[in-house]
Amino acid sequence: MLSTTSYQPNYFSIDDILATQERTPCKFLQNAPRMGKLNPSTDEKDLKAGTELELPLWLVLDASAGRQMIVAPELPKIYREAYREILKADATAVDLHKFNLYFYELGSYVKYFDRREDVHNILLHTFITRFRFIMDLANNADSDPTVQNRLDMLERRLFKSGHIARTKLNTWLLDSGAPLKAANMVTNHRKRKRVDDDLFA
Amino acid sequence: MFAEKACNLIKELSRCEEVLPPYHTELVKEVCTEIKQLHEQNKEDGAIVANESSIAGYANALYPTLRIGSSAVKRNVRCLLAYHYNRLKTLRTMRWEFGSILPQDIKTNLSSDEIEWFTKYSRSFAKYMTSIGENGLNLCLDLRPPKSLYIEVKCLMDYGKFELSDGTILLLKKDSRHYLPRSECEELITQGVFQHIV
Repeated sequence: MLSTTSYQPNYFSIDDILATQERTPCKFLQNAPRMGKLNPSTDEKDLKAGTELELPLWLVLDASAGRQMIVAPELPKIYREAYREILKADATAVDLHKFNLYFYELGSYVKYFDRREDVHNILLHTFITRFRFIMDLANNADSDPTVQNRLDMLERRLFKSGHIARTKLNTWLLDSGAPLKAANMVTNHRKRKRVDDDLFA
Repeated sequence: MFAEKACNLIKELSRCEEVLPPYHTELVKEVCTEIKQLHEQNKEDGAIVANESSIAGYANALYPTLRIGSSAVKRNVRCLLAYHYNRLKTLRTMRWEFGSILPQDIKTNLSSDEIEWFTKYSRSFAKYMTSIGENGLNLCLDLRPPKSLYIEVKCLMDYGKFELSDGTILLLKKDSRHYLPRSECEELITQGVFQHIV
């Protein structure tokens, strides 16, 4: 009942909403009257067919669905050939956070824009190669805390839960009678308050 | 750009996990106006499209505009619902962790509807707990398997008087130590009044 945010993208998922907010390049196939404001570079009222724009993914997905496509979606540059080569070379060396915060979520949406399965394969390849590295990090988090800045959101969540599980296991192994503790929210709340008190006292 | 404001609401939530940012009444209102405007526009466009071409509706020149407009409405609604839903979810967790009385500074961040929801949730929660078994069951107790009946605790703040279930009244002062039945003090430990000493 008190589960944390589930990973499965659902209607209310914050991560999914933020991932579908990412800008994706696309090309208009039809004229769209009165939609000129979507294109910040012109003052025209109507949007002509053939205009190339970067629109949020949710709009691109909706507009390219169905029998009659309004826009033709294109791959964002981080999933194109050049970047795929980088990932193929050594996925663990990449700063995925800089690529995109929601690398995998975004990827699983845009992979359908490419007929061949290249994006699909590279997502899988990246995850598999990096998973070992994340597991290693989670088990030895003390070594260098800055490494986790290079993870994308999904990986970061994996890292966190892995790290918590590891600490729990350690305390249980050391002394099985774990002490009762204040609830998480309560402790955090108090920490914040202390800062506020210091500032405004 | 469509739905930009609605997305800002979501961004606000995602920035602070486990903490509720102040309820953003203004932004919510602005998003509602945007939805209304878009909806009105869509209704007009829809009427035109329906009138001009009864058979092949999607051949109309306005059809792309209509589709973009309707998807913007959907997006706005989704963001708005997600904003409220996720706030309630955090609020529910707070009932379990803080207990039925929220600290004042958290309460100021809530909207009046959220406060009402919290009281209602607390009430049904309490009702459910009393309905279990003969004497009711406190679901907030024994979240971890107990090892002993009595535990030693240290009081972390000047709490004041605290009545045990047998009628004894304890005066809880900062840094005082007590040896109490586990079931009596578990809730105070969760609330951060006591510290469990092993």
